[in-house]
Amino acid sequence: MQNIIRLKGIAKSYFVGHPNEFRALNGIDIDIKKGEFVSIIGESGSGKSTLMNIIGALDKPTEGQYFLDGLDVGQERDQELSRVRNKKIGFVFQTFNLIPRMNALRNVELPMTYAKLPYQKRTERAKELLRLVGMGDRMTHQPNELSGGQKQRVAIARAVANDPAIILADEPTGALDTNTGHLVMDIFHRLHEDEGKTIVLITHSNELAEETQRIIALRDGEIVSERAGSGKGGRAA
Amino acid sequence: MSIAENIRLAFASLTANKMRAALTMLGIIIGIGAVIGIMTLGDSLSGYMTSTMQDMGTNNVTLSLKQRQEDDKRTGSGGDMAQMRQQMMAQMMGAGEESPYTEKDLISAAMLSDIREKYADDVDYISVSDSVGSGSATDGKKYANLSLLGVSADYSGANGIDMKDGRFIGERDVDGSRKVAVVSEKLAAKMFGAASPLGKQVFLSTDTHSGTYTVIGVYWYKRDMMDASAMSGGSDNNLSTNVYIPLSTAGRITGNDGSQSVTIVTKAGSDSAAFAKEVESYTNDVFYARNKDYQVSAFSMDSMLDTMTQMMDTLQIAISAIAAISLLVGGIGVMNIMLVSITERTREIGTRKALGATNGEIRTQFITEAVIICLVGGIIGIIFGTVLGAFGASLLGFPASASLFAILLASGFSTAIGLFFGYYPANKAAKMDPIDALRYE
Repeated sequence: MQNIIRLKGIAKSYFVGHPNEFRALNGIDIDIKKGEFVSIIGESGSGKSTLMNIIGALDKPTEGQYFLDGLDVGQERDQELSRVRNKKIGFVFQTFNLIPRMNALRNVELPMTYAKLPYQKRTERAKELLRLVGMGDRMTHQPNELSGGQKQRVAIARAVANDPAIILADEPTGALDTNTGHLVMDIFHRLHEDEGKTIVLITHSNELAEETQRIIALRDGEIVSERAGSGKGGRAA
Repeated sequence: MSIAENIRLAFASLTANKMRAALTMLGIIIGIGAVIGIMTLGDSLSGYMTSTMQDMGTNNVTLSLKQRQEDDKRTGSGGDMAQMRQQMMAQMMGAGEESPYTEKDLISAAMLSDIREKYADDVDYISVSDSVGSGSATDGKKYANLSLLGVSADYSGANGIDMKDGRFIGERDVDGSRKVAVVSEKLAAKMFGAASPLGKQVFLSTDTHSGTYTVIGVYWYKRDMMDASAMSGGSDNNLSTNVYIPLSTAGRITGNDGSQSVTIVTKAGSDSAAFAKEVESYTNDVFYARNKDYQVSAFSMDSMLDTMTQMMDTLQIAISAIAAISLLVGGIGVMNIMLVSITERTREIGTRKALGATNGEIRTQFITEAVIICLVGGIIGIIFGTVLGAFGASLLGFPASASLFAILLASGFSTAIGLFFGYYPANKAAKMDPIDALRYE
């Protein structure tokens, strides 16, 4: 099976050359196959946010190589990284990050707008995606008219809008109560199992991580363990 | 992201913060409104002045008596603006004021025939007038204010007098020193009502003279910017209009054998400004070289019009420049609010970047927003300024004319302000680090 993510000897340092130089990541090697559902766990300060930023093409590693869907992301310029984020990565944030003053439909359309999809096409697809996450009856609601779980469902629909290579979810249930959290996790499982999506879940919760196929644990910027979870294999896996 | 998309987005974010948007726009509205208002007022005023002066005839050259000043004695007469203004003021005040000139200082008939002979190619005809003074026409309780003016037969053509009824003073009236008068339709209406005044007797009195004259003609009164009562918006009731009598008849009253001021009408096609200079130096050299107190000065309507237009333009630019300062302040307000808005929307910017917006797209989004604020403010300002300017013009009694140039300039300028003051905040937004922006609380 093809590796959709390939991290080779990734290191990230801050304040390079300064007395307070700080190494957040140190020699990370991870391979993630297409259609896998992987979780990265670690306590705060373990370097998982830094790793997420690198996987999400928001940041460049100081050392090492990162291939995303065959593209050497570490070498790309800012302009190109924007394109990579737009087409290949679907972000789901802990705090939802829906754009205020834009209704659910427009929020889902946004990545397609940046991808310069024609109006008709993107509206159609946004409606389809909202129906898929069970938000078909709230398309014209503003973010402040939606509950936390509803917001996260809209955010997930937005994340998959451009049919990205990976979905990168950063503590997606962190701001939700347990029940709503389970509902959101169910959507991820459905995307993984039915649609064959590759999902990387970043969390500090062992319980959530157990639901995935593979668990990578970080501590002090290094991988300390890697084991299988109880998650079912996806269609494509 | 398309331009239409950006514009839609800009309006959405403006309507989300209506009060803030309105206050930010207010700076631009006031700035643009002030500039447009002043330009509209200025254009109305100069348009009115130009048409008035063109009515008076651009071929006219006025030759008038002028007291020598220390400067003039040394340098001779120059054509500078100060002098031009002084001449204009003298004209506006009318020649009826008491001044300590004597018979020998006046422009005589002999001088005029010499000028006519020397400049036969340029001179069409020479119109002479002599002010008797101001007074009134009375008939029982009826009265009308007037200025009594002795004129030559050429006066009507030279000064663009438009007859309503009857005829103007003719050569024979002058030759015979007849006691005939040409009155304005305003005076006629007050004194004679609806009845035709032609052939009627009218009793005219001034400080120094009174007498009965026969009305031979009625002319259309024109509000004249030289007329002080028109400028101050005086009521029709106290309006003072000119009553014309033959020059020779006036000469008998005043005892003047010459004139303080004559109008020389140049032939079509001759350069009246150049002619004015020439005739001034010629007359001064030949007739006034030994006169210690007086000399003559000549100016053409053409050059006077130029001077007036120049003065108006300078004034307009000066006031507009001051108004432009308020635009600058408005622009700084826009920049300030954009900076606030960008700080508030840091997370939104981070999210957009995570979703694939390039720096350029973020920059365009915020610049568009700034331009929209300025353009909407500018358009409101243009409407507001035009209405204000038109209102001001009508208050002063001038026909209002909107300045298209100013409107186009203002639209362009407000867009430029948006671009200029929007660029820095937008660029700041574009350069935000997406990680920091996403983490921003």
